[in-house]
Amino acid sequence: MIDLDAFLRTDPQDVGCGEATELLHVYADLHLADPEEAARRYPGILAHLRACGPCSTDFDGLIAALHEE
Amino acid sequence: MPLDEISARWVADLQATGAVREDAHARLHDLLLRAARAEVGRRSGRVRLSGVELDDLAYQAAADAMLAVLGKLAGFRGESRFTTWAYKFVMLEVSAKIGRHFWTRKPTLPLDEADWERIPARFGLSSENEAEWRELMDAFRHSMEHELNERQRLIFKAIVLDGVPLDTLCVELSTNRNAIYKNLYDARRKLRAALVAKGHLSEDAS
Ligand SMILES: [Zn+2]
Repeated sequence: MIDLDAFLRTDPQDVGCGEATELLHVYADLHLADPEEAARRYPGILAHLRACGPCSTDFDGLIAALHEE
Repeated sequence: MPLDEISARWVADLQATGAVREDAHARLHDLLLRAARAEVGRRSGRVRLSGVELDDLAYQAAADAMLAVLGKLAGFRGESRFTTWAYKFVMLEVSAKIGRHFWTRKPTLPLDEADWERIPARFGLSSENEAEWRELMDAFRHSMEHELNERQRLIFKAIVLDGVPLDTLCVELSTNRNAIYKNLYDARRKLRAALVAKGHLSEDAS
């Protein structure tokens, strides 16, 4: 089930999949060191990861892989 | 940005010659394969694949991630640790391969009556209180038909109504994630603006 109101809500800061993918590794390292700083420096990526299922799945996988190390 | 010591060692070894290079390639492959297997395992609940198929997918993802890393190595500037950068390609390859696995049939337009009737349920609206949401859904349909272009309508239908994974839609429509996301984003924005204008949704963040 999809929440209609939430689903239709878009964030103008959202950078899209292209830029999010391009910077995902940079964002991931920064997020591990300091999540708030990552969000502050890359608000558009945070906005994208909140809205895009596939990119947030990749991000979660990346974080999981780094925790495994 | 200067590379950290471990990352610099990876890059130097992978670009070396002879035994050093071969050893680095083997270590990188092990690293990527381990990550690919873990990632495929993490996602296995969402994909209907057998153990053998999952392992095969992990091998392919690791091999293609290896090619991507080696191909782009000269452009690696150390904005992250080397391993973080390398793992990213594993994630992208696992996503692409799982997306391809779901390959079904090309989505089509227009939406028929049965499609329209499935929409309320997708948004958790039950027929019991239809009186409460009938007007909203009528407005929703009108907006879909009049505010969206064909491409946006097609993508909205495939993802929202048919639940086609975005990475699968990339394969079916021969495009990339960014282009589909942009279409979906614009569709979401237009539909919301239309529903707000008609008083069916409120402007403020809830
Ligand atoms: Zn995305």
